[in-house]
Amino acid sequence: MKKRMKKILLSMMTLTVTAALCACGGGKGSESSAGGNDSEETKTAVSAETETSSTPQAGGEVTVGIAQDLDSLDPHKMAYAGTREVLFNVFEGLVKPDPNGDLIPAVASDYQMSEDGKVYTFTLRDGITFHDGTPVTVEDVKYSIERYAELQGADSAFSILESVETPDGSTVVVNLNEGNTEFLASLTLAIVPQSNEANFDTNPIGTGPFKFVSFTPGQSFVVEAYDGYWKEDCPYLDKVTFQIVADADTAITQLQAGTLDIYQYLTADQASTLTSGFNILEGSVNYVQGMFLNNDFEPFQDVRVRQALCYAVDKDMINEFLFGGKSHTIGTHMIPSFKKYYNEETEGVYTRDVEKAKELLSEAGYGDGFEFTITVPNNYAPHEGTAQIIVENLKEMGITATINTVEFSTWYDEVYTQRNYEATIVAVDGTLAPSSWMTKNYSTDPNNFTNYSNEEFDDVYSRALASTDDAEKTELYKEAQMILAEDAASVYIQDPANLVAVSDKLGGYVFYPISAQDMSVVYYEQ
Amino acid sequence: MKKKRNYSLMIGLVMSGIVLILAVVGQFWTPYDPTGMDAAARNAGPSLAHIFGCDNFGRDVFSRIMNGMGTTFFVALCTVLIGAFFGTLIGAVTGYFGGWLDEIIMRINDALSAFPSILLALIFISLLGTGKYNIILALGILFIPSFARIVRSEVIRCKELEFVKSAQVMGAGKFRIIFVHILPNAAVSMLTAAAVGFNNAVLAEASMSYLGLGVQPPEPSLGLMLSDAQAYLEIAPWSALFPGFVIVFIILGFALVSEGLRVRQSR
Repeated sequence: MKKRMKKILLSMMTLTVTAALCACGGGKGSESSAGGNDSEETKTAVSAETETSSTPQAGGEVTVGIAQDLDSLDPHKMAYAGTREVLFNVFEGLVKPDPNGDLIPAVASDYQMSEDGKVYTFTLRDGITFHDGTPVTVEDVKYSIERYAELQGADSAFSILESVETPDGSTVVVNLNEGNTEFLASLTLAIVPQSNEANFDTNPIGTGPFKFVSFTPGQSFVVEAYDGYWKEDCPYLDKVTFQIVADADTAITQLQAGTLDIYQYLTADQASTLTSGFNILEGSVNYVQGMFLNNDFEPFQDVRVRQALCYAVDKDMINEFLFGGKSHTIGTHMIPSFKKYYNEETEGVYTRDVEKAKELLSEAGYGDGFEFTITVPNNYAPHEGTAQIIVENLKEMGITATINTVEFSTWYDEVYTQRNYEATIVAVDGTLAPSSWMTKNYSTDPNNFTNYSNEEFDDVYSRALASTDDAEKTELYKEAQMILAEDAASVYIQDPANLVAVSDKLGGYVFYPISAQDMSVVYYEQ
Repeated sequence: MKKKRNYSLMIGLVMSGIVLILAVVGQFWTPYDPTGMDAAARNAGPSLAHIFGCDNFGRDVFSRIMNGMGTTFFVALCTVLIGAFFGTLIGAVTGYFGGWLDEIIMRINDALSAFPSILLALIFISLLGTGKYNIILALGILFIPSFARIVRSEVIRCKELEFVKSAQVMGAGKFRIIFVHILPNAAVSMLTAAAVGFNNAVLAEASMSYLGLGVQPPEPSLGLMLSDAQAYLEIAPWSALFPGFVIVFIILGFALVSEGLRVRQSR
């Protein structure tokens, strides 16, 4: 039984394979400009001018700045969250997330889940076609699910997948060999045409609102509106260019020069330099930003040292300096937007206490301090600022931290894949399944890049994942979060505020609770 | 005829002197902790308390410049020393002996100087990784050709002179002739070259750090400060203007010294 649990867990991760990154996401809560999307959630208009109602106008081209290159055009192989946020416009799964964090039918028009969470039945949407004009068939769906499952490997979340059946031309039945109520989130995997098998890397074809035009590595990814999209009057725009911009400073210059229309992940200071022509929308990145510690690195093997770091780092200062206090500081590996599962009590476990930190350090035998290197990927400006503040915070404990800034691809390879690092500042993402976040701390998980190992956590987490009782599941997830906080698995800092500059000619931009920049709802105002 | 005053040298020495004193003092004492952050002083403008203002972390720009100049000078000095040492060695030997050795080494030299220096430095950095010492190594190697060329031409000029002939007749060893008899005569040219080289090294360090490849934050260096300040040009222009101004001041000072030395020698 235990082994199965583990499999499930591993599999939950898949959607997320990726992980860490920095750039991305969207916040449920706040959004500006009315209209264009159907989210009824609490909308917090950021500034008075964005409240003016506007009528969408069809047509036009938009250039969106993105912080990093795409790692693959194959939706089943992409690993960077930054890639997912772009390909969100091209591909869809049987279901897809909406801005509220709910899963809505996409390629399927309807679905049902059996009570025990073992059988998912989907009805294919009538008349839905791929970008090349061919109709989507149940065989394509079956092929896509099976290909994805195979690529994820035997250790993945998809190991509980028993079979995919196609009883008739419009029905797909997904059978699991054990009940899992979170599996629906995994079925957001992209549905692709089997006929395009040879060209997944070069000519991606999906069912999304935009179809692929061209991709120049290191420069741009271009898409244009797909006329045959199943949703009426969507998208508004004719063409969207995702332009890869080396750093935020360049992006600011380009925004000011008018060559970029949209750019996200700005810091409060950067946003304040954009005084005219842009609305600054405020959401949250929906990433867990923290200083992640390699639990195999000697000083960090001692829980007292990790706790000392948690006491030493001034999260409020980081929030205040980099985001003007707009971020939500956290104490565990979960984002506050997941209100149902999020354990708020973890926020109070550590408050800055230099004396306490010093005490813990001397107990652990590091009274004279020690040295370590913080590896920081360069794709998200606030990470470097965070690192500088932490270095300063730690100086008071006699700890000498040095910063090593690296390219994101180097980071992904050395830190995330090979785990060859001491500490790193990064933001980790997840999917709509709570397990996708927690699993990164499971001792044998392939994405446990911190080498964290705690039997108690493994046990509580496994039980949470297996539970089909909602209240029990929630309770167990909260307990698991508290374990991470008290055991100081890493120094969890914040779910950063996401400040997005959007040209004031545009409306409709929405935040998602996952990595997505949905261009289908963006429009030029009349 | 009344001796004309060498203003370039005087002004240059005064400017360089101020800069050097500030840089040396900055290693032991600065008005504020150069990496100390102060939330209340974020992006604060120049005032009596902070004469050059504060940056986006509320760090005192003047203190960071004092301290950062030390880093910049250290890198520049080491670079020039590496360049001058190996450049002199290569230039002296090839210049004195000539022949095929001279041809080969000088063609390599030409090839090396044909590349834009920043590009070459980038290649070194991508092989070695970022950081202060790698920058020194990369820039040092880049500075070898210019010194080698200058020393070589001086050696070639001197080796036909009477005193060298005399030394040869007296049976002095070849290396004794090169290093004891010829090189002292090249000292002034080398000093001038070193002053120019130092300026180039300051600029190169600033450029590399500006590109994020040199000194790593939070350690201050002039180039890094410029780079960090770029995003805040509109709200806190002083955090970019003052480091930039200081770079100009340093370069001007050393350029005047080098010009002054040249004038003095030719008089």
